[in-house]
Amino acid sequence: MKIIVCIKQVPNTNEVKLDQQTGTLIREGVPSIINPDDLAGIEAALAIKDSLGAHITVVSMGPPQADIALREALAMGCDAACLITDRAFAGADTWATSSTLAGAAQLLGYDLIITGRQAIDGDTAQVGPQMAEHLGIAHIPYAEDIKADGEKIIVTRQFEDRYQLLQAHYPVLVTALSELNQPRYMSVGGVVDAYDQKEVRLLTYADLETFVPVENIGLKGSPTRVKKSFTKSPKGKGELHQVSEDEAVEIIIQKLKGHLIL
Amino acid sequence: MSKDVLVFCEQRDGVLQKVSLELLGEGKKLANTLGQRLIALLLGHEVEALCPSLVSHGADEVILVDDAHLRDYLTEPYAMAMADVLNEGNFEIVLIGATAIGRDLAPRVAARVKTGLTADCTSLEIDPETQDLLMTRPAFGGNILATIICPQHRPQMASIRPGVMLAPEPVADATGTVRRFDVDFSGLKNAVVLLESVKATKKAKDITEAKILVSGGRGTGKEGFATLNRLADLLGGQVSASRASVDAGFADKDRQVGQTGKTVRPQLYMACGISGAIQHLAGMEESELIIAINKNPSAPIFDVADVGIVGDMHKILPKLITKLEQMA
Ligand SMILES: Cc1cc2nc3c(=O)[nH]c(=O)nc-3n(C[C@H](O)[C@H](O)[C@H](O)COP(=O)(O)OP(=O)(O)OC[C@H]3O[C@@H](n4cnc5c(N)ncnc54)[C@H](O)[C@@H]3O)c2cc1C
Ligand SMILES: Cc1cc2nc3c(=O)[nH]c(=O)nc-3n(C[C@H](O)[C@H](O)[C@H](O)COP(=O)(O)OP(=O)(O)OC[C@H]3O[C@@H](n4cnc5c(N)ncnc54)[C@H](O)[C@@H]3O)c2cc1C
Repeated sequence: MKIIVCIKQVPNTNEVKLDQQTGTLIREGVPSIINPDDLAGIEAALAIKDSLGAHITVVSMGPPQADIALREALAMGCDAACLITDRAFAGADTWATSSTLAGAAQLLGYDLIITGRQAIDGDTAQVGPQMAEHLGIAHIPYAEDIKADGEKIIVTRQFEDRYQLLQAHYPVLVTALSELNQPRYMSVGGVVDAYDQKEVRLLTYADLETFVPVENIGLKGSPTRVKKSFTKSPKGKGELHQVSEDEAVEIIIQKLKGHLIL
Repeated sequence: MSKDVLVFCEQRDGVLQKVSLELLGEGKKLANTLGQRLIALLLGHEVEALCPSLVSHGADEVILVDDAHLRDYLTEPYAMAMADVLNEGNFEIVLIGATAIGRDLAPRVAARVKTGLTADCTSLEIDPETQDLLMTRPAFGGNILATIICPQHRPQMASIRPGVMLAPEPVADATGTVRRFDVDFSGLKNAVVLLESVKATKKAKDITEAKILVSGGRGTGKEGFATLNRLADLLGGQVSASRASVDAGFADKDRQVGQTGKTVRPQLYMACGISGAIQHLAGMEESELIIAINKNPSAPIFDVADVGIVGDMHKILPKLITKLEQMA
């Protein structure tokens, strides 16, 4: 079985802080990590490999630094890695990102594709379903459990108020939730192999040309634009009330209403 | 040529989801600004009875696709139906709730009809100059807001976070038409088969994912946590805790907020009987709205609270709960 896992290198947004003076993001010193949902995707692929045998390729589109994320995945036990990197891909929204990743999947061949549900920086959760659409295959989103055999996969698909058990035959794309599993650590031997024995294959637009027309990539292939981005204005000092219990309840209710929580 | 505003109205088991009404309210405003009509799209099986409610909440027309293929939500038949409707009409704007259904369906459909999609928006506006839709959304874990546009492609699609738009009051004598729309499902591959659908009993969510946290400290006490649980249920949130209350056994370790616990950033953090030690603040001070109840007026929690209440939580919270129960 051939499995492709898509991973994105992201800043650890939990450690991103706001500069209280300027209101801008402080990204310096913020470590880059493999997107948490994608780590679960890697683990899910490795678990299938452990039980059924599989060849796993991790794929990432990004700047040259994303090499580190791919090596980490190799050190966890993935078999091959591809870094899609080319100026031509810059400025991609989810439409263009997914069509580029779909092109790479066609080049590599696959039975199963696993993406994360959502990247913690862009936060859209759109790339997985859109990639499946570009490939013309089915997808199952929000996987919190996966059972695979040689022909088919059964996925527990999460909703807010329920879950569905869904079954699909290959080829299919699944988007993984970080709750899916506990990702394994890199092994020492794995780390050595990842740098000495294994390679990260670079893919540029020239490699994907036959699969993706140039008008479907990068800024040109992106229907959306970021017009502006800004931070929320820092909050001023709050109010303090020393009032009767009934008045306190009223103040709380009004605040909750004002913030649309009620 | 009409350039209507279309709202995807989500139903589950024949029950209209609240976000659908919120989107009708917002969609109506946009339609009025543009001088266009508001269309509600309803997909499902035997759901015609929901149409009057869509009209009374502002829809000029309801497009109804009623088919056995649409009984349970499955991506493929829903995407097929929605893409058919979009391709047949001429829509300027399409809104959909950013739920576990909307955030799955919308990207698939946007890719199919080749247009842009903005995720999880919290505010929408029409640019007075270009008439383009300005879609504002949080990114980077809520650290920044970005305004996204889709200048060259139509429709402009956006998924909208539930709970941020206001549902309009229904208008009893509103008029609107219902149009049945037939979709040919014969090309459906049924690549994904539903084996079972189970309504989940609510399990405690990871506190870092909760939008609302009601948090207790040493001042809360064991019984006080039962009160917090009830309050969290009423607000649709989760219970979290300070380290002192975890150490005292009032709450489990996975509920702990702070330097050696979890960092949370909910829409509401309600700190009850928590002093506000620096190690606690480190885990929650970025919350959007912080309400603190503490009997000590100089407790440091009040330095970060948007609203501080000096008083006894054991007296205030039961009254708050009673009030919320009356409102529900
Ligand atoms: C502030 C801001 C707001 C934005 N808002 C939008 C928007 O509303 N709509 C829009 O279309 N674009 C938007 N974009 C662009 C978008 O972030 C990029 O297209 C990004 O490459 C993919 O989107 P995401 O990070 O949301 O990924 P998601 O869709 O959340 O990612 C889901 C999964 O897809 C896979 N994946 C995603 N990107 C890659 C990659 N580069 N390499 C390998 N696998 C990957 C991963 O498995 C990931 O877990 C925005 C960008 C910024 C900076
Ligand atoms: C290295 C280190 C790491 C730490 N990590 C964490 C951490 O991750 N998270 C964390 O929370 N703490 C952490 N701490 C502990 C922290 O310093 C505090 O001791 C702890 O947060 C105190 O918890 P508390 O506010 O619940 O209790 P207290 O400080 O005892 O405060 C109880 C409060 O309840 C109020 N109160 C009492 N009764 C009532 C009532 N009836 N109505 C209203 N108010 C009432 C009191 O006025 C008081 O302010 C850490 C400490 C160290 C040294």
